[in-house]
Amino acid sequence: MTATAPRGTGAVSPGAGNGMAAPRRATIAARTLRTDRWWLQPLATAVALLLFIVYATFRAFQNAHYFAEPYISPFYSPCLSTRCEGDTFPQLFTGPTWISPALYVLVFPLGIRLTCYYYRKAYYRSFWLSPPACAVAEPHRRYTGETRLPLLGQNVHRYALYAALVINVILFYDAVLAFRDETGAWGHMGLGTVVLLVNAVLLALYSLSCHSCRHIVGGRINSFSRHPLRYRAWTLVSRLNARHMQFAWASLFTVAFADFYVFLLATGTISDLRFF
Amino acid sequence: MGYDATFRVWRGDASGGDLQTFTVEVNEGEVVLDIVHRLQATQAGDLAVRWNCKAGKCGSCSAEVNGRPRLMCLTRMSTFAEDEPVTLTPLRTFPVIRDLVTDVSYNYEKAAQIPALVPRPREADGSHRMQQVDVERSQEFRKCIECWLCQDTCHVIRDHEENKRSFAGPRFLIRLAELDMHPLDVADRRDAAQEEFGLGYCNITKCCSEVCPEGIHLTDNGIIPLKERVADRRYDPLTWLGSKIGRRPRS
Amino acid sequence: MELERHEYDVVVVGAGGAGLRAAIEASETGARTAVVCKSLLGKAHTVMAEGGIAAAMGNTWPEDNWRVHFRDTMRGGKMLNHWRMAQLHAQEAPDRVLELEDWGALFDRTPDGLISQRDFGGHRYARLAHVGDRTGLELIRTLQQRTVALGIDVYMECTVTRLMHDEDGVTGAFGYWRESGRFVVWQAPSVVLATGGIGKAYKVTSNSWEYTGDGHSLALQAGASLVNMEFVQFHPTGMVWPPSVRGLLVTESVRGDGGILKNSAGNRFMFDYIPDYFRKETAESEEEADRWYTDKTNNRRPPELLPRDEVARAINSEVKAGRGTEHGGVWLDIASRRPAEYIRKRLPSMYHQFKELADVDITREAMEIGPTCHYVMGGVEVDPDTQESRLPGLFAAGEVAGGMHGSNRLGGNSLSDLLVFGRRAGLAAAEHAAKLAGARTEVAEGALADAAAAALAPFDRDGGENPYAVQQDLQSTMHDLVGIIRTRAEMEQALDRIAVLKERVANLSVEGHRQYNPGWHLALDLPHLLVVSECIARAALEREESRGGHTRDDFPAADDAWAHLNLVLDLPPGADSVRVTRQPLPQMPGDLAELLES
Repeated sequence: MTATAPRGTGAVSPGAGNGMAAPRRATIAARTLRTDRWWLQPLATAVALLLFIVYATFRAFQNAHYFAEPYISPFYSPCLSTRCEGDTFPQLFTGPTWISPALYVLVFPLGIRLTCYYYRKAYYRSFWLSPPACAVAEPHRRYTGETRLPLLGQNVHRYALYAALVINVILFYDAVLAFRDETGAWGHMGLGTVVLLVNAVLLALYSLSCHSCRHIVGGRINSFSRHPLRYRAWTLVSRLNARHMQFAWASLFTVAFADFYVFLLATGTISDLRFF
Repeated sequence: MGYDATFRVWRGDASGGDLQTFTVEVNEGEVVLDIVHRLQATQAGDLAVRWNCKAGKCGSCSAEVNGRPRLMCLTRMSTFAEDEPVTLTPLRTFPVIRDLVTDVSYNYEKAAQIPALVPRPREADGSHRMQQVDVERSQEFRKCIECWLCQDTCHVIRDHEENKRSFAGPRFLIRLAELDMHPLDVADRRDAAQEEFGLGYCNITKCCSEVCPEGIHLTDNGIIPLKERVADRRYDPLTWLGSKIGRRPRS
Repeated sequence: MELERHEYDVVVVGAGGAGLRAAIEASETGARTAVVCKSLLGKAHTVMAEGGIAAAMGNTWPEDNWRVHFRDTMRGGKMLNHWRMAQLHAQEAPDRVLELEDWGALFDRTPDGLISQRDFGGHRYARLAHVGDRTGLELIRTLQQRTVALGIDVYMECTVTRLMHDEDGVTGAFGYWRESGRFVVWQAPSVVLATGGIGKAYKVTSNSWEYTGDGHSLALQAGASLVNMEFVQFHPTGMVWPPSVRGLLVTESVRGDGGILKNSAGNRFMFDYIPDYFRKETAESEEEADRWYTDKTNNRRPPELLPRDEVARAINSEVKAGRGTEHGGVWLDIASRRPAEYIRKRLPSMYHQFKELADVDITREAMEIGPTCHYVMGGVEVDPDTQESRLPGLFAAGEVAGGMHGSNRLGGNSLSDLLVFGRRAGLAAAEHAAKLAGARTEVAEGALADAAAAALAPFDRDGGENPYAVQQDLQSTMHDLVGIIRTRAEMEQALDRIAVLKERVANLSVEGHRQYNPGWHLALDLPHLLVVSECIARAALEREESRGGHTRDDFPAADDAWAHLNLVLDLPPGADSVRVTRQPLPQMPGDLAELLES
């Protein structure tokens, strides 16, 4: 009879007893054995995001048709330069004519969406294919995730949130201003007012339902019982957070739609439906 | 009531193997594991499969059913059309031992590396006082039955064997989250989460949450909050400054 | 022969609650400790425990204390319990629960922040520390994490087939790796058996495949004795539909939290089955029973919360009288009695289990349930303080040990039993090893070769029977002939059939090779199952009365002459069948006896 050494190492292993090196994985050639249409969701996500990017890029660089009294497109708000159409925000400086005023501020909404925990899932899956769907092999040879730059930078999400919250306030301000008519008199409301208001609400819900927000209002503390107010805030944000994905898509749609609506008004294609 | 189903079962070991086709009887109310047992009892006495409770409580009978990581005891046959072949393969992420049984020792090695709970002292009467609201978050993670489906589906190690060294996998990231949120624990594992257990590898694509048979929100309630807690410590200059000045003690 | 050899002070067989608790204790006292288990770590049957851990902490009812718990346990076991075990158990359970918190367990809380405790059958006060209805998972995970933190060696997916011993006591254990089929020997002066129960001897059981009575059989063959084997607990509420989950446990907490039992006519039949023994403490009307949940001082418990043996027999009678459901069960209804939100919060696993496996929403519909083989009260006869068996160095704890629960176990007493006696066994095993530090005996080489040959025998035989078929026949035999209700004629028939099955098992053959071969594994488990089945049948035939988990149709009443007798089984050297001996119960001290009078 032969003998092997005692253990005594705290070893917890089912793979002992055969004296071999760790065996290999099962030989299955197929990249996935899933039989459902697993490619549908990443494809749909990619198409929707691409459409938005193309549209938003075109509109941001267009540098025209973004203001139709009393409405300003959310892509161009806050409009900070003296070259802005309309007068919705204090004009702080004068930039070169060829730079669209949208470009000064778009970085903020872009920032929160790029670093958002939901959108990260969406674009890692649909653009990076990392992975394209669960239990479907990704095509990359190496993977380091968010351990190094530039993706390590995703950790600044909370600062993107702070900036987005400022923009949220400004968009509410825009919606409030939309209760004035073309002459600046209060007491007006048109379909555009509703569009801007709904957009402001959904964008605010998107920001407030974000995972960083959930962490900041209460998630970071360990003793909820000693901070009852923060616990309530955390519970509320947690409830919103469960719908973060829905808010992300709904607000993406409304922001594009609000811009498009202003575009149609500004180009005179349609005229605003006026309630009072 | 019964019908004959086509099963394609991967049979083999580390040296190789392939899908073998069986025709097997299926009765009302049965789950995939019942069919595997029938195969063992009638057609393939040495078909290797791991199982224990057959009630979704122990997490032993993990495999991939039509390419998706599942517990065989919770996969009802009624979810398949009668003429739909059912393909059973072992967990892909781990080395195969035989047939549907894989060597999951990676998970036990990672478990052994997690620093254990360091409890605060008991109260004068010998008890620990904790409020329900304070234990609930960690309780969610303690529902884990260690079926390793999240580990299996996670592309970080499923598609990149070399990452096993530096990445502990979703199960152990929520274990770290559980300890970090534990009302009694006084240790700090945030730096370790990032440096030793590879929290940064997770790109929150949420496959772990999708496969969890216990419905644990691994990503939303565990991994993302842990990422935020790590960000507090390492990537947020303001919070870091605040904690240095002492205005924000770890609570 | 290739053989892997290891040397330890304490080897624990089984990694459920008792085994892990024993290993933790042994390791903390400094003993070199190993755990050997048939499954992966953390999968042991303890995870199936749902309700909670009984411990008289008095968190919800300050009137509760160990004396009340002791009294409840003794009455539940119809006084056949070993008084000393019941006493130690009731006294030590609260400390065992509290230390789990230091290791990370998170129980549900009371508003004061203490461990919340829930009602269960046979317990006078709400006493079960719990986490929703997944307490067993919490227990096993906590102990598992503690085991890993202490660096205890764990041999997973390893089966012990023999205990090694000489005239002076235990010398080690012999087994094989399930993965490779290769043999291992652990040389150790102390072996703790914590192998659980015997449920797989029955057709309808809540137990997993591991429950093949290994520990009972290993102990018997090594010269130890078993006690109380005639007492098998049939849990009143197991699932009955669909067939593939028949027997799966439905926790008693459903009744503790307000669920009631109804027959097919919709009658709450338990009021018709209140035995005189419990009449004084059981409600007389539905109104009183319903008030009890909120006011325990002025009302008595609902009859649904009688001890398990009473409820299981009542259900059995209802079904036999033709008042059962379509699939041969009765209705367990909580849907009409508690709000859906409450049910989902208190019974999340049950909600999940019925939804996933039976497509039944328990917040809207009643559950179809019937009795299922759940627990064996009998086990290795041990010293109550050290858990040491007749064979020096052999210890047993948990379900594999006998005596603690008498003729019937109360729900919730099992998890506390694991902790209290697991710890005691680990401690005593480590002390025993330390005592023998200078004088260890080697395992005899001949015995090793013999054990290896026996394990390989099924491969050498050709054309023998398939082990699955033999197991099914054994399960039917025990289910039909030594089940809930027993008669002399049926049990004699069972013993005849067991004799035939023994021959069939001796001629089994298995296909394939040694690497992870479930057919071979079953072939090696079957002899254990057969020997415990024989023990149950022989003891049940001998005890001519009905008591607790043993009901004789031909002797339907409890008999005072039997009230002071245990049945002890052993395997005399050279004999081919087990021997039954009557043994008087140990004498209880007067001050404890007084507790039982009230």
